Amino acid sequence: MTWLSDDAVARVRAAASEPDLTGTRYRLVGPLASGGMASVWIAEDTTLGRTVALKVLDEPDQEARTVARLEHPSIVPVHDAGSLADGRAFVAMKYVEGRRFDDFARDATPAARLRAFQRICEAAAFAHARGIVHRDLKPQNVVVGEFGEVVVLDWGLARPIDARDESRTIAGTPGFMAPEQARGESARVDARADVYALGAILQGLLADSRPAKRIEAVRRRAMAPEPEDRYPDASALAADVARFLDGLPVSAYRESAVERLGAWAARNRAALLLVAAYLAMRAAIALLARV
Amino acid sequence: MGAPEYRNARSVRSCDNRPRVFPTTHRSVLASLASDAAEERSRAYETLVAAYWKPVYKHVRLRWRRSDEDAKDLTQGFFAAALEKEFLAGYDAEKARFRTFLRVCLDRFVADDAAAARRRKRGGDVPRTQLDFDAAEAELARAAPPADPIEEHFDREWLRSVLALAVERLRLDCEARRRPKRFELFRRSYLDDAAQRPTYAALASEHGIAVTDVTNELSAARRELRRAVLAVLREITASDREFRAEARLVLGSDLP
Repeated sequence: MTWLSDDAVARVRAAASEPDLTGTRYRLVGPLASGGMASVWIAEDTTLGRTVALKVLDEPDQEARTVARLEHPSIVPVHDAGSLADGRAFVAMKYVEGRRFDDFARDATPAARLRAFQRICEAAAFAHARGIVHRDLKPQNVVVGEFGEVVVLDWGLARPIDARDESRTIAGTPGFMAPEQARGESARVDARADVYALGAILQGLLADSRPAKRIEAVRRRAMAPEPEDRYPDASALAADVARFLDGLPVSAYRESAVERLGAWAARNRAALLLVAAYLAMRAAIALLARV
Repeated sequence: MGAPEYRNARSVRSCDNRPRVFPTTHRSVLASLASDAAEERSRAYETLVAAYWKPVYKHVRLRWRRSDEDAKDLTQGFFAAALEKEFLAGYDAEKARFRTFLRVCLDRFVADDAAAARRRKRGGDVPRTQLDFDAAEAELARAAPPADPIEEHFDREWLRSVLALAVERLRLDCEARRRPKRFELFRRSYLDDAAQRPTYAALASEHGIAVTDVTNELSAARRELRRAVLAVLREITASDREFRAEARLVLGSDLP
């Protein structure tokens, strides 16, 4: 039996892992990512002359059909799906060039991070409105493209919200899974599980600063242990994030009269400055007239 | 490529006789070791030894720092005891991977040296497999001393053994199907040292075939290799769940 050097082991392993694209219109360029139930490869679509991300799965799943229903600028589009000569299934998706969300967030301004986060919420909100829950939202599954576009990838665990799933299977990523999801209570996993994951993403964005009370309250409500105490879906969360970015009161936080006044003043600072300048000018004129 | 055919993907595959992703025809050696049929038991034993003897031998040499003669005896004795005592039957797939269980059994076996010696003495009636210990020694001499923890080294040797078995099956398969050129192309492309690895064009010219023939042959070889890797894993794992986990490990991203 042939002895395999370390280099040969790596090459043989890569050879056995490589998808067999015989009979397809794709040409393999190289590996992109791997883990769990699937590997993702960069391939060239030789018919259309474009680069695609080719997800290769051991078993066919519903991802292609699920994502095909979700046409949204922040949801990765699916181009094609089928089976390979080696028996595995594939899904061809848009190849999004960019940075992973956590990498992007490291050197973005706090406002830019929150605006990008809002895009993620809107993508999830769109899916929720069409009855789909992602179940694996996390920074690693979001790419920020070179033009600032935010794209949610990997819908491999997505499923219809109303699917009758009584299994005890735990699917998701620790740290981002809602408590009911982490306990394997599949029947209780709905849009609010995604809200929890979004809250966990938001928590990461706020970690290196002292967050304002209002956005911290948004995070707390998103990550409430009980689904009933969270935002009902990502749309409600996105709306609160938008209100925060606009300096408006958020539903998750009851402000005192002083805070309300302070927030109103911050929003109308320009007008207040004008009024203050006018009053100061009138006072100066009145003073000069007395002299 | 036409429109997505996801819903029918399974039935299409079974109708056109494409290979299944995970082979199911190979029975686990653990099940076969308990078989009433002597021939099946013997085949299972051979498979088990073929997949594990080198990791076991090297583990005894490196972890226990035994001499080569001692390590040879302990390796033979360990497999003989595994068959005789049926201690592998105590494996619980819920608790650990089979290779981890086997390593733990091996450590116990070697630690209990007196008992091991007794077993070796009594081992006359159990099969002693012909094993190329000189080759294993040469590999040990050639390889750099393991930098990783010794348990991880066992896992790496296990991976090497699984892939070497699969390559051997690919070679035998190519021979049986009278396609020696396919294996030769594969060997030159994947097994040769990086410095000697030829380009597809060089291979094509060497064998007097077109470059597209080289790529087609290599595609077929990779497909058959994958099938062989999965078949080996099916045989040396105890449950479908363990098999899938090992397959993801060997063919996925998390190298042992």
